[in-house]
Amino acid sequence: MRDLNLFQKIIIYLMLIIWLIITGYPIIFLLQNSFKGNIEFFTTPVWSMPASLKFNNYRAVVIDSGFYKYFINSIIVCAVSVFLIIFVSSLAGYAIARINFRFSNAVFMFFVAGMMIPIHSTLIPVYRMTLSLGVYDTLTGLIGPYVAFSLPVSIFILTGFIREIPVELEEAAIIDGASYYQLFSQVVFPLTKPAVSTVAIYNFTLLWNEFAYALVLTSSPEKRILTLGLFEFQSAYGVDIPKTLTALFLSLLPLLIVYIFFQEKIISGMTAGAIKG
Amino acid sequence: MKAFIHSRRFVIFLFLLPAAFFCILYLVAPIPISAYYSFFDWRGLNQGRFIGWENWKRLINDRVFWLSVKNNFKLVFFSLITQIPIGLILAALLSSKIKGSRLFKVIFFIPMLISSVAVAFLWRYMYDPYFGLINNFFRLIGLDRFALDWLGDPGLAFYSVVVATCWQYIPLYMIIFMAGITSIPEELYEAAKIDGATSFQTFWRITIPLLWPTIVNAAVLVIVGSLKYFALIFALTGGGPNHASEVMATYMYVKAFTEMRMGYGSTISFSLFMIAFTVSVFFLYITNLRKNSRW
Repeated sequence: MRDLNLFQKIIIYLMLIIWLIITGYPIIFLLQNSFKGNIEFFTTPVWSMPASLKFNNYRAVVIDSGFYKYFINSIIVCAVSVFLIIFVSSLAGYAIARINFRFSNAVFMFFVAGMMIPIHSTLIPVYRMTLSLGVYDTLTGLIGPYVAFSLPVSIFILTGFIREIPVELEEAAIIDGASYYQLFSQVVFPLTKPAVSTVAIYNFTLLWNEFAYALVLTSSPEKRILTLGLFEFQSAYGVDIPKTLTALFLSLLPLLIVYIFFQEKIISGMTAGAIKG
Repeated sequence: MKAFIHSRRFVIFLFLLPAAFFCILYLVAPIPISAYYSFFDWRGLNQGRFIGWENWKRLINDRVFWLSVKNNFKLVFFSLITQIPIGLILAALLSSKIKGSRLFKVIFFIPMLISSVAVAFLWRYMYDPYFGLINNFFRLIGLDRFALDWLGDPGLAFYSVVVATCWQYIPLYMIIFMAGITSIPEELYEAAKIDGATSFQTFWRITIPLLWPTIVNAAVLVIVGSLKYFALIFALTGGGPNHASEVMATYMYVKAFTEMRMGYGSTISFSLFMIAFTVSVFFLYITNLRKNSRW
């Protein structure tokens, strides 16, 4: 904005460093204490560095207590859901934005109004429905609600984006005799890539961190996704603090690694989704 | 047949069908179903028994339910007065021309990537009376009397929850405000500088007024978002101690899925829907009236 004098710079850096500690230190605390043994943890100060870099806790958490299964489950559920979300919402977005029909605006409003439905007010009916559909305690049972809750924002973003695409491209294809299916799959969908990546990033991070449905719709350890696995691990191993800290750190790790490579994309994707939602 | 498949009507139907299927089944239908369940006494997996308005009468007199509603709105209020100002200050700091601001921004955003459950557990270790970071810090600097039982004390637990939610969501508002500040024309700041304005004055007289539409929209996000907290509170305090941090969603969960009283749980659940939906519609309507709003 403007040139700052030294005093102002010092104040700014001081405030930023305070916030840096508030944001960053809790995560470093996890990391440094995850290498300690249980006795070491209780006999040394929490700020102390671990005596040695042993990966015992990591092995115990990932392999012995089955955390690797939760990772796999989370990846499967998120990947399938995001794939479906993109497919379903771009189809709907195309129909709303490009095929003019009488109720297109009403249909758009209907989908977008879904954003205002709080997830928790649907838990009981969705639980009953999942039981009667016979998909209770399966990963499949999670995908339905995950897709449904991501659709309003996704349709909103994609419809808005498709409306901005110049019509001339499609007109040229229509002259060449393209059908609606070809227009969608060969002309419009390839052009929606930027919006699709926003939708994918936003929904993936959101679903990766989802908890309420997983808690209500699954029960057996084999079907746990990562957040629920972490929650159950905490109840089961709560006394072994370093192990629970390890589990906690491991649960953050996948997104943190992805974040290192795609910071700007993730920040803009998550913010765009949150604003639209 | 071929003509039918390619007809406009059929294409519209086909393209909207999957989205409509998911939305109606999982979003729209649950609301009237919830309302319907609220008229049943229904425990566990047995068939429900129709009891008319009994659940609703009970809800009206349920002290804990009203406490959870109050806590929900208290949470909205405290989120507003903490998340917006701190987000704004951080955005202003990061938008000043200093080295390393990008790195700060990238690190500051990290809490947004963490699941609410993980945030809750992380803060349990911050707050732990014995080995928690906060109390250890106070003991280290000799302020032992501030080493409190942050989550166990009914008078403190609610505010401890507020702090944890702030930690998680401030980065979002920081990014939103940073984007807003970028769109303020540079010339205004230059003109202010020529007129001899201090940094503080430019912040109050230029940044805040020009950012106002963004601030209002962010406030709506805070209000609507704060009514939807569940996982963080559920995993941090479980609504306790003695309902001190109970919100509608946690109370609904306990009634429906811990006590297995699905009928009464649905009554709470439908009330939650009505309150959150009304508030959302109200604020979105107000902000949409401001046609000049921009992000």
